[in-house]
Amino acid sequence: MSMDLDAPVYFEQQEKVAATILCCNCGAAIDGTLSAGALCSDCIRLTVDVAGGVQREAVIHCCRDCERWLQPPNSWVVAALESKELLAICLRKLRGLNKVRIIDASFIWTEPHSKRLRLKITIQTEAFQGTIIQQQFEVEYVIANQQCPGCQKSYTHHSWEASVQVRQKVPHKRTFLYLEQLILKHNAHKDTVNIKEVNEGLDFFFAKRNEAERMISFLSGVVPCTVKKSHELISMDIHTSTSSYKFNFSVSIIPICKDDLVALPIKLARSLSDISPLAICYRVGTSINLMDPCTLRTTDLPTSTYWRQPFPNLADTTELREFIVLDIESTGHSNGRYLLSEATVARASDLGSNDTTYFTRTHLGGVLHVGDSVLGYHLSGTQFNNDQFDAIENSNQYSSTIPDVVLIKKHYVRSKKSKARSWRLKRMAREHEEEATAAVVNVPTTKRQEQEQARMEQDYEMFLRDVEEDEELRQTLDLYKNRQYKVRADQMDEDGDDEMDEDGNAVPKINMDELLDDFDELNMEDN
Amino acid sequence: MAVRAQFENSNEVGVFSCLTNAYAIVAVGGSENFYSVFESELQDVIPICHATIAGTRIIGRLIVGNRKGLLVPTTTTDQELQHLRNTLPSEVKIQRIEERLSALGNVICCNDHVAIVHPDLERETEEIIADVLGVEVFRQTVADNVLTGSYMALSNQGGIVHPKTSIRDQDELSSLLQVPLVAGSVNRGSPVVGAGMVVNDWLAITGLDTTATELSVVESVFRLGEMAPGGAGGAGVNKDSIVESFY
Repeated sequence: MSMDLDAPVYFEQQEKVAATILCCNCGAAIDGTLSAGALCSDCIRLTVDVAGGVQREAVIHCCRDCERWLQPPNSWVVAALESKELLAICLRKLRGLNKVRIIDASFIWTEPHSKRLRLKITIQTEAFQGTIIQQQFEVEYVIANQQCPGCQKSYTHHSWEASVQVRQKVPHKRTFLYLEQLILKHNAHKDTVNIKEVNEGLDFFFAKRNEAERMISFLSGVVPCTVKKSHELISMDIHTSTSSYKFNFSVSIIPICKDDLVALPIKLARSLSDISPLAICYRVGTSINLMDPCTLRTTDLPTSTYWRQPFPNLADTTELREFIVLDIESTGHSNGRYLLSEATVARASDLGSNDTTYFTRTHLGGVLHVGDSVLGYHLSGTQFNNDQFDAIENSNQYSSTIPDVVLIKKHYVRSKKSKARSWRLKRMAREHEEEATAAVVNVPTTKRQEQEQARMEQDYEMFLRDVEEDEELRQTLDLYKNRQYKVRADQMDEDGDDEMDEDGNAVPKINMDELLDDFDELNMEDN
Repeated sequence: MAVRAQFENSNEVGVFSCLTNAYAIVAVGGSENFYSVFESELQDVIPICHATIAGTRIIGRLIVGNRKGLLVPTTTTDQELQHLRNTLPSEVKIQRIEERLSALGNVICCNDHVAIVHPDLERETEEIIADVLGVEVFRQTVADNVLTGSYMALSNQGGIVHPKTSIRDQDELSSLLQVPLVAGSVNRGSPVVGAGMVVNDWLAITGLDTTATELSVVESVFRLGEMAPGGAGGAGVNKDSIVESFY
């Protein structure tokens, strides 16, 4: 606002104050009925210091590693500079401030490296009877470094109190990739101190035992597993009879995955509603869901039953072979989305060399057509080293029912040049054991690491294909839009490559409506 | 003349002394400094008496008197009463009062002609006040305080009342007393003017903390400059009391 010098200045008519007394300090005539004591307002301002009882300097403690502030007596609080939270901590630090009323408090900007905080505080208090005095003053805080107990502990060996070791004794990582997505979706890893990837599994570390227990209850709610608990005594105080332990929870997941072929012990198969002992695992929840592909009979193998008599799988997805459907005919029997059909198939590798065909019954009647490519286990051409399978072959009842081929899933031809997808999954930050050990031992393991990396990528690709092909699986996960995909999509349209196989069977794609927007990526690159 | 004094580090001189035109009564202190102040001003003018009332030193709040009389509370012992009788001039009537409000100095404020008293004082007490002190008695409050003796200091020349007294109340009191009144404070802003000072027609003694401004207000309203006994010849409008004491 600019000052207009020419405009007339109006003085407000002040109410005439009846002067009844003289100020005892300066002798100014004032109205005794309204004044404080016998002092005029100027003298009060000059002589009374209501903020005298408040500290003008204080020390505030900050942990240099985690940048948290000490809130006495012993809690550590995250607060940004010049934030409300920090203001609260600062004000609580001042002695004598509880006796006055705080009207206003704000930070005065200071250079962060100066290790000083300056605060402007306005207070009100009753100086004399019926006289409220408002005063403004500044307080300077010195930031002192003090390591918080959490950071102190992080430099010792006892940075964690409980660990959950999740293991599945299978050569691939599909279950853990799925588990990772579930953990991300349910935010089950928020309490973890560290997540370490080890051979055949993951290790989760927790600062508190009950956080580990929570993780275990989450795991037992999503995967078929058994838990073993052990603890180790770290230290004990015999005077107070308190002791600290480290707890280890060993979680083993049943080593049977979706699309695995299993040979059940015959006795167990009989007890499971007399299913054929040669079955495929069509779903894994908290128990193993098995299906006989020749009859479409399904059964549920509970975790507890499995661990009473554990058995390995007969064949896993790495042993799947490609077959071509030569003829398929429905029997009319169906179970859910599965339609029992009789199919004649031939090995894709045999085409052009011999005329060997195999007759089999399959549960995939709903999706297979003549000429389709399908993946299955080739039993007649395989030598299994499996006690249960031997028992089946030797039994009078079941030896004749072993099919030559067990078809598992439809095979889609995918273009090798582009693996770009319109969707993506989030990944979890974790530590690889190899990296950790390599850093310590300093052994050049470049070749091995490369192989490991390639296998990891292959497993991940397999998992992504599973997600694409299995709608049921997809619904349990969080899928995000891939923002980098759009550019490539335009290029692909120019190429005219629609990823169709010969019969026009498109590779299953995920509808964009199912995908979530990822707000993590909405940052400055929009400009 | 107005002087500052202190009774054993306390500024409330009106608590420990009583000053009238005919006599002064001072509490028995650990040292004689307080007494010396009275003595230096009043020696050979009026008798100064060391006294206790009911064994206490807060005599200024327990007794009330003027030129003609002195009222003491019922707690006063016979020995103390006898001592007062022996020390004070024989014209001064001394009377012990049976009164529930026994701190007479707090509830009664008087000069030689008028007394302003606590509104709840007993009827008999009021009559005794009128008889012994020879005054007209009014039941009044000072700035809504019933303790008139505490919040008002009065002489035959003028009076000081509580600083929060409004102009209207001052006018009303002043018309009853027939002396000019002013609102003011003593002892650097203390509103208990009755307890913070003692005054007669030519001398005021206030607490040591009293500021120059306050002292000038005291001197002007009690007209002490012109009435000081040293320069008594000059003034003479109202010097009966002094002349009387000289005989």
